[in-house]
This record gives sequence, structure tokens and C-alpha cells, in this order.
Amino acid sequence: MTVQQAIRPGATGEVVMSARHVAKHYGAVKALKGVNFDIHRGQVTTLFGENGAGKSTLMKILSGIVTPTSGQILLDGQPVTFSGANDALAQGISIIHQELALAPNLNVRDNIFMGREIRTARGVDFAEEERVTRALMEELEEDIDPLTPVEELRLGQQQIVEIARALQARSRILIMDEPTSALSASEVEVLFKVINDLTAKGVSIVYISHHLEEALEVTDHAVVLRDGEMTAWAPRAEIDLEWIVRNMVGENFDLGSPPESEMGAPALSIEELCVPDPSGHGLVVDHMSLSVKAGEIVCIYGLMGAGRTEMMECAAGRLAASGGAVRLHGQDVSRLSIAQRIEAGLVLVPEDRQRDGLVQTMTVGQNLSLASIGAFTRGLFTSRKAERAVIETSIREVTVKTDGGGAMIGSLSGGNQQKVVIGKMLATRPEVILLDEPSRGIDIGAKAEVFKLLAETAKQRGLAVVYTTSEVGECLSIAHRIVVMHRGRIAAEFDHTATKEQIMAASGEAVHH
Amino acid sequence: MADITTSKPTTGGSSMNIGKILLEGRAFFALVAIIIVFSILSPVYFSVGNFLIMSSHVAIFGLLAIGMLLVILNGGIDLSVGSTLGLSGVVAGYLMQGVEIPAAGVILYPPVWAVVLLTICLGAFVGAINGVLIAFFNVPAFVATLGMLYVARGVALLMTNGLTYNNLGGDAALGNTGFDWLGFNRIGGVPIGVIVLALVALTVGLVLARTAFGRWLYASGGNERAAELSGVPTRKVKVSVYVLSGICAAIAGLVLSSQLTSAGPTAGTTYELTAIAAVVIGGAALTGGRGNVRGTMLGAFVIGFLSDGLVIIGVSAYWQTVFTGAVIVLAVLLNSLQYGRTGR
Repeated sequence: MTVQQAIRPGATGEVVMSARHVAKHYGAVKALKGVNFDIHRGQVTTLFGENGAGKSTLMKILSGIVTPTSGQILLDGQPVTFSGANDALAQGISIIHQELALAPNLNVRDNIFMGREIRTARGVDFAEEERVTRALMEELEEDIDPLTPVEELRLGQQQIVEIARALQARSRILIMDEPTSALSASEVEVLFKVINDLTAKGVSIVYISHHLEEALEVTDHAVVLRDGEMTAWAPRAEIDLEWIVRNMVGENFDLGSPPESEMGAPALSIEELCVPDPSGHGLVVDHMSLSVKAGEIVCIYGLMGAGRTEMMECAAGRLAASGGAVRLHGQDVSRLSIAQRIEAGLVLVPEDRQRDGLVQTMTVGQNLSLASIGAFTRGLFTSRKAERAVIETSIREVTVKTDGGGAMIGSLSGGNQQKVVIGKMLATRPEVILLDEPSRGIDIGAKAEVFKLLAETAKQRGLAVVYTTSEVGECLSIAHRIVVMHRGRIAAEFDHTATKEQIMAASGEAVHH
Repeated sequence: MADITTSKPTTGGSSMNIGKILLEGRAFFALVAIIIVFSILSPVYFSVGNFLIMSSHVAIFGLLAIGMLLVILNGGIDLSVGSTLGLSGVVAGYLMQGVEIPAAGVILYPPVWAVVLLTICLGAFVGAINGVLIAFFNVPAFVATLGMLYVARGVALLMTNGLTYNNLGGDAALGNTGFDWLGFNRIGGVPIGVIVLALVALTVGLVLARTAFGRWLYASGGNERAAELSGVPTRKVKVSVYVLSGICAAIAGLVLSSQLTSAGPTAGTTYELTAIAAVVIGGAALTGGRGNVRGTMLGAFVIGFLSDGLVIIGVSAYWQTVFTGAVIVLAVLLNSLQYGRTGR
């Protein structure tokens, strides 16, 4: 603790909020099985844990959205029960959700003051609101005009607005659920500076992130959850990355290495591909060329806005190209529809699985079989037997943990949902699979499983795999080749012996340390 | 979104299960309750004869509702079905009266099967206009079909000058008798209209459950973007559902004008709302992706048996309207209970 106090002079270590034997059951499902932990004044407490470990449930309990089945929440040593999120907010606890909760049609100022407008006898005091907003944006070092509609902001800037909104509430406990997932490296630095300022003022932060290294940079205490139970709890000085991972997963593991697959002829060739910017000027993908052999795994690294998603969506037929060609085994597929490209063997696993990957109203099995309906249609009608076979094979191949094909897709954890999206595309027996951020928002154990699955499939089926990532650690796992994209072009190419620093430098990202 | 698991309460305990059964089978239990209550209140309600008469009334709404179900499963809405029903009846009546070709100086009397076929084509055409506007020109379904509601009704009024075609019985000398067969005849005591409804319901039920098209429809209604990226031809599906809805409306128009042996240009006014109500009472979600033919049929029977029951026990027509409205709101209330927050 002495080390901590040396780093943070404002920190007193006094406990402001704590959870005692907090459990939450949803019917037979035990999301939390009795968790104890403390939040210290002016310090950052980070919750680590895989998806489904109970982090989000715990957050919802602390912020009053969900009431625990048993156990107590103590605020300043006194037991409290919140009647709702607003009650918790009134007591100084606010939460920044992983999914943005902004009204895109309103401007930045109105979003920040949504539901707590500065009211006077003559209506809302817009001038004062604008002044406060401007001050907040200055504090966050973000050049955003308070009158800009939120829909015109980049995702990262929207995240900043969300943070500003929580700051405006002058909360003493601020819960941040994956606040950096949409931020660029420089924005993350600003956020960390803000966190430091806040803690210096005595605000306590509860932080959740899948970026373990990043979280370690900012945290004072680590709490690790696994399967609804707290497995470890220690101050920052006593722990390192390996300690967290070990407690999260319960074992040592790595993300794998490039499989020794036999590389064949080029399966996918992208030639001088251009995709226009939606705003009308410039190109998001700028005369990009890439060739991937059968059995080869290529990782595309780049910052947000580097054009990775656009390149993939264009190759899969979602976006129209303004120039260049996409070839599959030498055959031009540029004019084909998405369905025809799937038929030809080129598939895409999209970045946002909730929005583009899954049909929430359907079961696990129906989601898995969606892209290969033709394979189990006999004449006019689908064959239930053949469909069941397709589903069961897929569940086995991609190792989805589910009660069976009949379970609703929403009942799966994030990692298993991602496996369903991948399994759906693999069931079409593709020759080239493009995966846009396949590890986004899934826990480290599921990540390792996804990478293992890709490596095995590449080796066994001679599948050409292209995946993107924004975590350098994931470049240096199963990929034979690492391609760094910057502003729609290929900035550099490395083999799997490259170092993290080389890759990051080539992406235009400042290497901070 | 990491913990979707936790946001969906699973039921536990036997008392919860009874509640769940009641909730999921609500349309069925509502129908049973309606039959019991009216059977107690009126001695004539509970008889096979009465059920068959009521069913032939239900047939009209039921046919519209099946088409509407397809559209709603896709996440759309079709406000034009009532007008399409009216227009179809008028066109059928027009064809039955004989088509005069001045150039040749003859009057053609198409046989009944040709009239039926042409009318169904008309319904498909009206639906196709809706579908193309919505799928390819991105006109919101509400607006496109609202426009069609007016246009189709207007055309029906123009064709008849506001009058009604009577005597659709045809003439044996002209070889076009038999139009009233659809409305009046019975097979094994069951009105033809009811048999038509049953056939359409079975076919659509099979299509939804057992064909690629059915799966495409549920997928694109549940998440159009995901469906598209999985290779589902979402635009074709969208056009198809409006075409099918138009066809259902045309069939309903034929059955209705055959039952009445007359075709008026105002037939079917506000029927689109009854059809939507039947689909919603049947448990379908207006956001798309959820619902089935069985539920929609139950919904149509709930509305039909309720309003006919109220007529039989002599409740005023005004009260019928109030009851129908209350049932619809209650149904939607229960829908949101069933689907919870994820149903939005």
C-alpha cells in the first residue's frame, strides 16, 4: 500500500463502497455466487474476468440497475439498497456503459445534460449548459463543439461524450465498463489522464476492460472474477499480467503459433482495391493489393479508421468498390452478390456480431445453419434431419458451449456467440474466410479457442484466413504474415518473428512507455 | 452485451411454469374463454352451425391476416390490404359483367376460373408495387402501403363510379356461372371460404416452417444485416412478402364478393387494422422475426368469435368496437411481457 500512496498522493485508501456476499441468480442460472470486494476512495479498482464471469452483473448491481438476490452493498459503511439507476446516481454513483447510451440526433450539449437539464424559471439555461460542456471538452482535451450532433462524431468521440456526461454528474464513484474499446491510443492516454485527475480529487473508479495491459497501467487494485466467484484480489504493486491471466482462466496458455500448413496457390487476390469514403471525398481503402495463399493466415493490424473493415466488407460484397478487383482462385468476383461470393467460397465474419452477425430472434441452431440452407434443402423443403446434422457438426467443430441447437442465441456468452458466427460461415465450406476483429469483446479463454480453431481449419482444410485486430499481442499469434494498414494503404508487412514495437510503429501509433 | 445470458430471466418452479403456459398459449385460452362465456350467455352460440357461420366470417380476416403475418415477420406493415380486397372484388365484378371490346364489337365473358386467376394477378401486382417501393426505393413500408391504401380505393371507386356490381351469379348461357360457389357452397358442410382459409394457412405454415424461403423470412425479419451477410437475398424476400400479402387480399376479396354476390368499392374498409390486430393477438412481434400461422389463426378466431358473440347476445355495435380495442391492447401488453426488453 505504501507504493500506491507514493504514486497517488490524493489516495487515502479509505473504503467508500463494498460488496458483501453479493449473489445474483436468474432462475437456475447463478450469475454471481457471493462476491466480496471494496472500492477505495480516490483509487481505481479494476474488475478482470472472462465474459460470463459476472462482471457486468456486478456492475449493474453496484449502479442500481439490478438488485442482488442476496448479500449487501455498503456505502460509507452503511447498507444501502438502490431502487434504480437514478437512485444510485443521486447517491453519487454513475456508470458508463460499454454500449453507448446517447441520442444520436441530439447535440453534444443536450446529450450531456439529458435528463438533468439546468432549469430556470424561463426554461432551460442553454448558455450555461454550453459553457459547462465546453469546459468538460477542454478537460478531456477533445476539440468537439457542444452544438455538434452526436451522430456526426466518430465512435471514439462519442465515447468521450459519454465520459463527459458522467463527469458532469460529479459522481464520487464512477463505473467504467470497457471505456477504451472504441478509443484510439492517444484518446486512451487522455482518458487515463482524466482518470488520474479524478482520483486525485477523491473520485473512486471501477474499471472493466478486456485490454489487460492497458488496465494494469491505470489500476490500483485488481479484482478477478471467474464463473461468478471472486478468485483473487490484490493491490497493483503485488501483481502482473501473468497473475491476472492465471486467475482469470485458471491455467497458463498462449494464443497459439502459426500452424505448419502446406501453402497452396493464391486463394484470394485483392488488386488495387479502392473504396470511396462515405463522406464523398477521398478513399478509405486506397489502391490496396493483398494476396493470400490457401492455408495461409494473414493478420491485418491497424488503428480504427485505417480502412480494415471497409476493405473486408468490400471484398465480401457489402460495400461497392470504386476501382480494382477481388479475385478468388484467379476468378474475378467483384461483380458478384454477397450470396454468390459465399457460394464461390469467400465469406466474412463481421466485426459487430450483435448488429451484423446474429439473428437474436432465432435459436443457436438456426443461426448456425443460416448461411448453408441450401445444403439441407431437399427439393422444395428443408430436411430436419440434414439440418440437425449440419448444426451438430458445427457445434462440435467450433466447440460452442450450449444446451443444444434449440437454445436461444441470447442465452450464450459473448465468446460462444462469436463461435456461432464463425461456425455459421465455416459451415458453408469456404475457401477464404475474412474475420473482422474476431476477438472483439470476448474473453481471453474464448480468444485462444477461436484462434486455435482458425489455425486448425487453415491447416486441415487449406483455408485461407485473414483476420484483423487492434491488439498487437494478437498479431503475433497464429498469423504467418502480419500486414499493417494505415490510412487505407499497406504501411508495412512482417513475418511472425516481428516485434510488437515494429508493428505498432508501422501503424502510425505512438509507442508509449 | 457480454452478459446477455443474465438479462433474460429463466423461469423456475411449477407455479411459474403454469404462468408461462398461460402466457404462451394466451390466444388459445382466450378463444376457449370466449366460447365458454358466450355459450353460457346465449343458447344458440354453441352449435356446429353457428361455428361454421362465424368461421366463414373469420375466413375474410384470416386470409388478410396470413398475408399480414408474412409482412410483419419481415418487420414491415401492409396498410393496403383492405383496399386491395375492395379493388379485387370490384375487378372480379367488372370481369363477371363482361368486358366490352368496342373495336371488335363483342362483349367477352371470361369463365370464372379466369376471373379468379386475373384477380389474384391483380393482387400480386399491387403487392409488387408496394414491395419494389419498399425494398428498392427505401420508402418506409408504412408510407408506401398507406399511399397504396388510397390509390387502390380510389381506383375501385373510379371503376364503379361509386356504385356496386350486383348479380355476380353469371349466366349459364354465357358459360360464366359459378362465382357464388366460393361464398355459398359447402363441402361436407364446411363453407368453401373456410376451406380456402385452411388451405392457405396450411400452405403458408409449411412454407414458413420447412422451406428456405421461410427461414430467410424469419432471419431477415430478425436481423436484416446479419441475414444479408449470410447470403440471404433480403430484397427478394421483402418484395415477395408484399406480393403474397396482395395475393391473400385478392383471395379474400373474391371470397367476400362471392359471399355477398356483389362487389362494392368500399368493401374491406379498415380491414387492414383487423388483420394487424389478429397477427398481434397471435403473438407476433411488430419488430419482425417472431410469430407463426397458428398464432395468427387463433388471433383471427378470437376477434371473429368475440364480435359475432357480441352480436348474438345483442350488445350494441359501439360496444363491440370498445371490446375489440381492449382485446388488442391487452394482447400487445402480453406480447411485451413475453418478449421482455429483448422484444423491442
